[in-house]
Amino acid sequence: MATAALTRRGMFARPRATTGWWSWVTTIDHKKIGILYGVTAFVFFLIGGVEALFIRLQLARPDGQVLDAELYNQFFTMHGITMIFMVVMPMGVALMNYFIPLMIGARDVAFPRLNAFSYWVFLFGGIFVYSSFFLGGAPDGGWFGYAPLSRTLPGHGMSYYSLGLQILGIASLAGAVNFIVTILNMRAPGMTFMRMPVFIWMSLVVSFLLLFAMPVLAVALFQLMFDRLFGGNFFNPAVGGDPLLWQHLFWVFGHPEVYILILPAMGIVSEVLPTFSRKPLFGYAAIVFAGVAIGFMGWGVWAHHMFAAGLGPVANTAFALTTMFIAVPTGIKIFNWVGTMWGGSIRLTTAFLFAVGFVAMFIIGGLSGVTHAFVPHDAQQTDTYYIVAHFHYVLFGGAIFGLFGGLYYWWPKVFGRLLGERLGKLHFWLYFIGFNLTFGPMHIVGLQGQPRRIYTYPENMGWDLWNLVMTVGAFVIAVGTLVFIVNAVLSRKRGEEAVADPWDGRTLEWTTPSPPPEYNFSDVPLVTHRDDFWHKKYARTPEGEPVRVFAGAEHADDDEHHHGIHLPSPSYFPALAALGMPFLGYGTVYKILPAMIVGAAILLLGLFGWGLEPSVEE
Amino acid sequence: MSTHEVAVEGAVHEEHHTSMGLDNVKMAMWAFLGSECLFFGSMISTYLLYRGRTASGPSPHEIYDIPYTSVSSFVLLMSSLTMVLALAAFQRSDDRQGRIWLLATAFLGVTFIGGQIYEFTTFYEEGLALATSPFGSSFFMLTGFHGAHVTVGILMLLSLYGMSAFGRIEGGRSAARPVEMVGLYWHFVDIVWIVIFMIVYLIPE
Amino acid sequence: METCLKGSDRKSLRAAALGVLLLVALVLTGCEDRAPQDFLNHPIGETAKEADRLWDIVFAIAVVIFVLVEAVLVFAVVKFRRRPGREAAQFHGNTRLEIVLTLIPALLLAGLAVPMVSTLFAAAEEQQGALQIRVVGKQFWWEYEYMDSGVVTANELHIPTGTPIRLVIEGDPNDVIHSYWAPRLFGKQDVVPGRTNFINMEAPKPGTYWGQCTEYCGLSHANMRLRVVAQDPDEFEDWLALQEEPAAEPTSGAAAEGQKLFLENACAGCHAIQGTDAAARVGPDLTHLAGRSTFAGAMFETNEQNLVKWVTDAPGVKPGVKMPSFRGQLTSEEVESIVAYLLTLE
Repeated sequence: MATAALTRRGMFARPRATTGWWSWVTTIDHKKIGILYGVTAFVFFLIGGVEALFIRLQLARPDGQVLDAELYNQFFTMHGITMIFMVVMPMGVALMNYFIPLMIGARDVAFPRLNAFSYWVFLFGGIFVYSSFFLGGAPDGGWFGYAPLSRTLPGHGMSYYSLGLQILGIASLAGAVNFIVTILNMRAPGMTFMRMPVFIWMSLVVSFLLLFAMPVLAVALFQLMFDRLFGGNFFNPAVGGDPLLWQHLFWVFGHPEVYILILPAMGIVSEVLPTFSRKPLFGYAAIVFAGVAIGFMGWGVWAHHMFAAGLGPVANTAFALTTMFIAVPTGIKIFNWVGTMWGGSIRLTTAFLFAVGFVAMFIIGGLSGVTHAFVPHDAQQTDTYYIVAHFHYVLFGGAIFGLFGGLYYWWPKVFGRLLGERLGKLHFWLYFIGFNLTFGPMHIVGLQGQPRRIYTYPENMGWDLWNLVMTVGAFVIAVGTLVFIVNAVLSRKRGEEAVADPWDGRTLEWTTPSPPPEYNFSDVPLVTHRDDFWHKKYARTPEGEPVRVFAGAEHADDDEHHHGIHLPSPSYFPALAALGMPFLGYGTVYKILPAMIVGAAILLLGLFGWGLEPSVEE
Repeated sequence: MSTHEVAVEGAVHEEHHTSMGLDNVKMAMWAFLGSECLFFGSMISTYLLYRGRTASGPSPHEIYDIPYTSVSSFVLLMSSLTMVLALAAFQRSDDRQGRIWLLATAFLGVTFIGGQIYEFTTFYEEGLALATSPFGSSFFMLTGFHGAHVTVGILMLLSLYGMSAFGRIEGGRSAARPVEMVGLYWHFVDIVWIVIFMIVYLIPE
Repeated sequence: METCLKGSDRKSLRAAALGVLLLVALVLTGCEDRAPQDFLNHPIGETAKEADRLWDIVFAIAVVIFVLVEAVLVFAVVKFRRRPGREAAQFHGNTRLEIVLTLIPALLLAGLAVPMVSTLFAAAEEQQGALQIRVVGKQFWWEYEYMDSGVVTANELHIPTGTPIRLVIEGDPNDVIHSYWAPRLFGKQDVVPGRTNFINMEAPKPGTYWGQCTEYCGLSHANMRLRVVAQDPDEFEDWLALQEEPAAEPTSGAAAEGQKLFLENACAGCHAIQGTDAAARVGPDLTHLAGRSTFAGAMFETNEQNLVKWVTDAPGVKPGVKMPSFRGQLTSEEVESIVAYLLTLE
């Protein structure tokens, strides 16, 4: 199948390990890369969570003494950067990586080595940013890095920010291109657009958002880098630089970013709810178009982050109106999820609970989001804890709940064993209660005037009680996270072995064994319906009730079948090329030219090796 | 992401059926170029905002040498022509001539970069540096990143030349594909320059 | 808690609709005296009240939607749990219902946009004859300049009641972004270096209104607070007249010694005291420091003990402040003299 041009051997011997840690370094299997993404994102989740606990301990009482101002500012900045760029985004990417090919009936993503490259760049980027803690101080200008503060803050923290996010952005961009081509081009025969699972649709929208949002952030970060390190004057008001330029660029990226974070979770919920309601998704087309509409409208609302910046009443009105009306497609989704459950036969599994938890909490985040569109009142609530409450209801009650729903749902497919349902439900309720205890009261103290990003507050402000409650809530969440870890460990050891189709699923991934073989499908499936697997399993009685037509999900996986399947061979080069990134980063932060040259050389070496080796070894 | 490795990686999938009927690598390249539009668009917006903010430094009309830049723009424009000729040669399996046109394209690119280095040096001597003013910052960032893109393009052209010369890509349609991908990139960078030339140099303040 | 319950007004009851959690919250913390930056329960300035009226409408609708949707959600989960003998209904959608449920929120939002836009434009309108005060944000304190009289003061903004005020919010090109906010009087506006923003407001009754910086501005962002002191117009005029006076000459020995130290040491390099040679504008103008109830970005009460700590080692009590530590450079006697002088600057 390879062309004649590519039959000769690469200039290095190909890695051959299929087990052991080396196999993970060289893997270009989308499933292994998905697991790498997931594990890494989870580790960052724990780190970002510990930062959050410290923040809450510091604020538990007035005049807190747990952290000083310097460390507090680093912690809240790193908490934001971590949770956004190193947890929610890559956790979504983990699931996309693993399940996009499985759900569209493909054997891998379009560019397996680019996929591996994307992961290693992400990992090295994350390590690069975190190394700043040990090298004189982490970024401390907020995840939003408003200039001119971000260009004047002493130390190297914000230089790490400008380069670290740049590196993470490269990973996202590579991933986005890969997913776009995979989804558009690698679908199994018969998998038309309107038969694609909603998770695939949302992944596609997210990939396009990334594709167009990351370069805008890249420009802003480069400008900040020039300002900090090379005497640039992009954001120096003393010579005419405009601080609002940063805000516009950052939020032109930043608001689509919000949808980048939430849409994968919406996709997951749109898979989980139908499965456990035993019903097709209510209003599939509406949900898909609502998702696409959100993707488009998400570009027209950025300045609602800047209502207090003084853009003037006309601009504020325009952005307030777009902000209001983006609630309409979001509302459509919520109605349709409720419609999906209506008349169903619901199994209250942990995955389902997390999905319903997502819907329930997202309503609150959505409604509080609409209130921001009321500019005169937004002038009151913006930059208070009301905002912190709002976006945690969207990103934790929304995205994180959705992602955990996805983890419980797909865990048996990935690891071949189910997660414990009892511990899972305990996990859910701890999260649900802890979450609301932590973030519910933030609405109240916000409306009572507690600003964001303050490391301390005096005792006479009336915020004491609720801050203490929030801290308790945060620790309840921490216990919930421990329960999840215990559940995962127990599942590895003695979890119930998963059959191919443990939930009576509807989509193609459940037709493969758990875990799926390296080549995913021994025969590329032929898709004839939306929810194709369900239609293969069930016929309909004249009354419209489903009747099982064949017993098992498993295709007998005969070994003879897959001998002819050529899969791309493992490769050293994606990881090698990615290794150049941190060298470039450190070299730039400290202006060490040799380090930059070494970094560029490693990168080029990796890319050339990658370019010259055939992707399949004969 | 450079296009070069994508070009080669995608070759394996050549015979695969694709759902859209469009080659994977080509689609990836189009997606990447879409992303690049936003990249350059953001820098052009910054430039438009800052062109008049010259602080104590020189202003655009004091410093631009339009005839000079017109010549180097013409050179880059011509490189698109040689790129087309290179692709055409590879498509009719005339590798030798294809390589010549590749070299010609790279040479024109190098000429353009040389011109840009000279222009930057002159500007610097006339008092415009990255640190001079927001105008200086935005000018050097925009044209500098464009130059970096041209440089990456030259590297890819030379790699193609080397691969073809050492027989790592052979004649016929399979060789034409990586050339076509690099060509897409090259034409894009060229078009971006046309936009930059018009907006930065030609449109008066 | 009892007193709070009695003191809580109609607003608290309104908010109770959100449910038990919020009810408890407001009952516990909704008292005016206990939460000085509360703008939900006790908006006082006209601008704050306008915003609050808007909130009332939006909040009521949001509560109704919240209760309805959550109720339907919970009902669906409970009602349609799997039971033996009942199969799931296999429908894919309901176009008419979907259109209706799309139109309702769209129309609702369109209706809500009307009062929002009118309030927004009204708030931006400049009132005739307003008292203009320039507000400049610095790390980490506020400078005010009364634009008619040229009086310069810091951190505590004095305004006459019942008079339209126009704050001209100017960013210092060599500083960072801050945001000016006194929640009970008005919503915040960013202080953007190189730009000018405006706040139109009015305080209907005398009082001291609290506020603070709400745009993250560095180490001591949390310590960049402010007070707005609204006075009867007569009182305000007296205050303003006093501010126009130069500083009183020190009479006591310690204070005179303090003045000498102040002018000879680094103090005069950053601070201005009208009537002396000190005229720098880097730090706050101290001409009438002792007349302000707080100092250092309204962080500390103005008294001898706090001032001694401050003059000795400002960065030790307020992280990131630009004023250097004088520990080891000034003896404690010298610091006490300086403080004695400062306390004469009524």
